[in-house]
Amino acid sequence: MTRIPLLLLFLVAWLAVFAQTQFPTVTDWIGSPVSILPALTIYAALSHSIGIVTGFCIVSALSLDSLSANRLGVSLLPLFLCAFVTHARQHLILRDQAYARFWLGLGSGVAVPLLTRLLLTLGARQPLGDVVGVELILSGVVNAVACPLCFAAFDRLRELFEYKPILESSYRADRQIKRGRH
Amino acid sequence: MAACTVVVLALVLLNLPVGAASRVKLAFSGLFLPIFGLAGASQSFVDRASYSLLTRDTLIAEVERLKKENDALLLTAAQARDLLSENNRLRSAVGWTNRVPWKARLTRVIAREPTAFWRGATLDFGANDGARLQMPVITRDGLAGRIRAVTASQAQVALLGDPECGVSVIVQETRDLGILQDVRSSAAGDGMVTIRLLQSSPTVLAGHHVLTSGLGGVFPRGITVGEIVDTRQIDGGLYTEARVRLAANLNRLEEVFVLLP
Repeated sequence: MTRIPLLLLFLVAWLAVFAQTQFPTVTDWIGSPVSILPALTIYAALSHSIGIVTGFCIVSALSLDSLSANRLGVSLLPLFLCAFVTHARQHLILRDQAYARFWLGLGSGVAVPLLTRLLLTLGARQPLGDVVGVELILSGVVNAVACPLCFAAFDRLRELFEYKPILESSYRADRQIKRGRH
Repeated sequence: MAACTVVVLALVLLNLPVGAASRVKLAFSGLFLPIFGLAGASQSFVDRASYSLLTRDTLIAEVERLKKENDALLLTAAQARDLLSENNRLRSAVGWTNRVPWKARLTRVIAREPTAFWRGATLDFGANDGARLQMPVITRDGLAGRIRAVTASQAQVALLGDPECGVSVIVQETRDLGILQDVRSSAAGDGMVTIRLLQSSPTVLAGHHVLTSGLGGVFPRGITVGEIVDTRQIDGGLYTEARVRLAANLNRLEEVFVLLP
């Protein structure tokens, strides 16, 4: 199996973190910076092994914290918790259904910033804003939309890079054994 | 197994000493240096391309406008030099130390705070360029914040309204002292912050100007912070709280000045 889709998943996460630090006009317009890492994490959790999911969460969370004023590592637990629960329950999740992807994106989009905020409130510096703020709603909506798109895009990529199954049948008409008189 | 690894790693990271955590952050933020460079180069390319589209008439009009503005600024600077020397003479006469003019370094904002929990920005100005912790950051309109973390090539700024950017301020008209502190507003902000005056002051009114007081040792005295929008009495009338519209537009920062010691 080729590793290109996996590398692209990490690349997209890296670009998503970078994009969060850019485009102030968009941030002003929607009112808050929004991350699509929860949606990408859900995709990773339902498509890869737990080792890869863990690596993805560590790299994404530390990249985000390194560009932020967050305490280092504070984004890791919420992101991994979402990924771990989803991965552990993947046999119960209808991965190929758009509505399942939507609700998973919505749930992770709300849960990750909420848990991160709760962790930050345990520290010495209190974060800005309220516990239930505009950013939670925005994050939920954006990730609910982004999650099905991530699945569609990365599944398509996997199809492009993976070996295709042979569609033609092994049955050959010229080698058919015919019984009876001819 | 994976869950245990992550929990242990998170606990280790959260309990790292400040210096070690900064080094790990530096290592990870280094992953973004190529893309920051690429973004900067693309921005310059787009700017240059847009300049080439300008007509000759537009450029001549712009040069004329800048010449006039330069003449006006030279006149203002000459008046300011005269006033400064007069001020220094008077201060010497009464035995006060002279005010030191600000030394400012223009730098570019290369990134915004990626989360909604803090109000910050990253500058293309690091320890190699002379950046140090706590250096004030201003725009031409007013105070923006202070440097809260420095790496070799970049500096992170805590902008006004961030919990790490408390400022001692003074109301210019009434000379009332106050503190601009954590405002519990959203990180995107609406250009407003709250100051708490050190005592109840009914004479502070909307439209009054707020400046840095120079107390606290981080910000020099007299930097414009903003204008009071409204006031209210709090804690049974013991204190006055005022909402202030910031002079600097923190949502549109592109270039800022770092004040050097």
